[in-house]
Amino acid sequence: MPLHVWVNGAVALFALGAAVVAWRLRQSALWREAGRELWHRRPLALAFVALYGAVALCDAISWTDAEGTGVRAPRSLLERAFPADFHEASYSAPLASVEFYGGQPLHHPGAHWLGTDILGRDVLLQALRGARVALLVGGLTSLIAIPLALLFGVAAGYRGGWLDDVVLFLISVLFAMPGLLLLIALIMALGRGPVQVCVALGVTGWVSFARLARGETLKLRELDYVQAARALGVSELRIVVRHVVPNLMHLVVITFVLMFSGLVLTEAVLAWLGLGIDGSWGQMIDRARDELSRDPIIWWNLAAASAALFGLILAVNLVGDAVRDILDPRTLRERT
Amino acid sequence: MLAYLVRRLAWGIVTVLGVLLFLFLLFFMLATPDDIARKAVGEKAPQAVLDQWKLNHGYDKPRIWNPEAPGDTMLAEHFRRMLTFDFGNSDADDTPIADRLLGGAGPSLAFTLPLFVSGLVLGISLSLFVAFFRDTYIDRVGTVIAVLAMSVSTLLYIIGVQFLLGKLLRWFPISGFDYSPEVMVRFLALPVIVGLVSGIGSDMRFYRTVFVEESSRDYVRTARAKGCGEGRIMGRHVLRNSLIPILTNVVVTIPFLFTGSLLLESFFGIPGLGSITVDAINANDFATLRVVVYIDSLLFVAGQIATDFSYTLADPRVRLG
Repeated sequence: MPLHVWVNGAVALFALGAAVVAWRLRQSALWREAGRELWHRRPLALAFVALYGAVALCDAISWTDAEGTGVRAPRSLLERAFPADFHEASYSAPLASVEFYGGQPLHHPGAHWLGTDILGRDVLLQALRGARVALLVGGLTSLIAIPLALLFGVAAGYRGGWLDDVVLFLISVLFAMPGLLLLIALIMALGRGPVQVCVALGVTGWVSFARLARGETLKLRELDYVQAARALGVSELRIVVRHVVPNLMHLVVITFVLMFSGLVLTEAVLAWLGLGIDGSWGQMIDRARDELSRDPIIWWNLAAASAALFGLILAVNLVGDAVRDILDPRTLRERT
Repeated sequence: MLAYLVRRLAWGIVTVLGVLLFLFLLFFMLATPDDIARKAVGEKAPQAVLDQWKLNHGYDKPRIWNPEAPGDTMLAEHFRRMLTFDFGNSDADDTPIADRLLGGAGPSLAFTLPLFVSGLVLGISLSLFVAFFRDTYIDRVGTVIAVLAMSVSTLLYIIGVQFLLGKLLRWFPISGFDYSPEVMVRFLALPVIVGLVSGIGSDMRFYRTVFVEESSRDYVRTARAKGCGEGRIMGRHVLRNSLIPILTNVVVTIPFLFTGSLLLESFFGIPGLGSITVDAINANDFATLRVVVYIDSLLFVAGQIATDFSYTLADPRVRLG
């Protein structure tokens, strides 16, 4: 089966999972209240995040045209919003009707709102497509890192003993290596590609949350209702799943939101090292670097990618701050 | 105290050994010497060329188990050479790794030390100022600026500052380095500015939280009740009592002053350890990369122990034991 079919399937699965989680959260009065409070505090930032999400989703669903229509490669919903042959020969300024160097007339005069890049591709389309990469980096990595951290952290905190020692050892070993360097080493060893980058980010990213989850589990383990459950003969696994993990969920949500912006910014740094994911804003910024020294300068590539990146990170940071204030009175306040 | 030190050191040694094991798994098991050799000599090179490259760079032994001579393996060799600081030669150009790293520590330090000191002073004084005016417009504006500053990619700061201050206004050279102090200052201006700007957002938020938290304590109310001025409360009582979280954040970074900054050094052409690391990454120089990660982990462990001891200096109530 071709790749885009798999991707569509994964997107559908992801949407289904998100819907189930949202539905489950709505069942609980606590989470409903938190959601309402968040919407009340940060309507604009939430709307922005939703907008980025929608753009990314539109770009993740793709299919091929019927035989004989000319275009063979699968095109996403987002690409279909633009004409099929929406490219020029080379640079053109925003809304220009002629090429930037040489002054040849364009195929689509005045239609490139943000101009075109060196290969004549529409910058607006590229900037929009970057949203998919950014959300993939933030989302997939969190899906790797957070369950990993919960597994290790809760197991170590709840069981104690040798398991705790082993997990603490793992944590301190991973902590002792400088984050960015470890990340680079992992990507060099794993190879380059979107999934590899997310795995490497996940492996380096789970450590600090595992430490937090372990500490919280240590506290939760001693609470009366957990002791009561144990006295009633509830199995260990059931105690962990029903009584410990649900009480860590607020930390999971906070960590997810706070981690997200850091991950996207880290990908930008990786892109500059040539280890990033194709089509990311980081890559666009990196490529646009040399264009500033052209004469007259090409600024629209850099501006589009930077503005898109800045908008997402700012919105997520604002939402993250509000989420932390709402869900967590103390635990995380003193970290960053 | 001594027992604590011994235990702490032992844990540090175990951690470093763990790092070495992890590096072995990463660079010998996950990416095998064959992979590394293939990256160096090319995809289509015949096996004989690969073997010759491996022989030249010391990757020719069995990895874990050598039936003829147990102990004569890559695993033993890796541990022995790292622990005795015999780092050997670079995979890329066969220069001794130790010499290059020693040569890079000076420029790195020349760049990171001013950045560290000015960042610390600026971060703490700005957040003291903002915390002094907590719950007023000054505080809110400060917080908004901090969040805005945090949301910009470091890459963009670098590009922006180089373009604005270097190219348009021509205040400072865009990139480069010189060992004579007067010229060095001019070269270091831009990277230090970028480092300050890109770090100030998260620093300010962190320190502000600490200060605001601390200024809601009972002893602050007492000080205010006895007529102590607000300025004196912030500068004396709050700052002094906030030292523990500040030290936790700061002391651990001191050893890393030697290793510099990957991003800023290579963008601004400072020939420090950060640049050397980036060169190693671009040249697929796994030997150098391994050594850099190892040294960084050593420094991190040292920094952690130093943090614990700094607590006892900052707060006489803390006893290590």
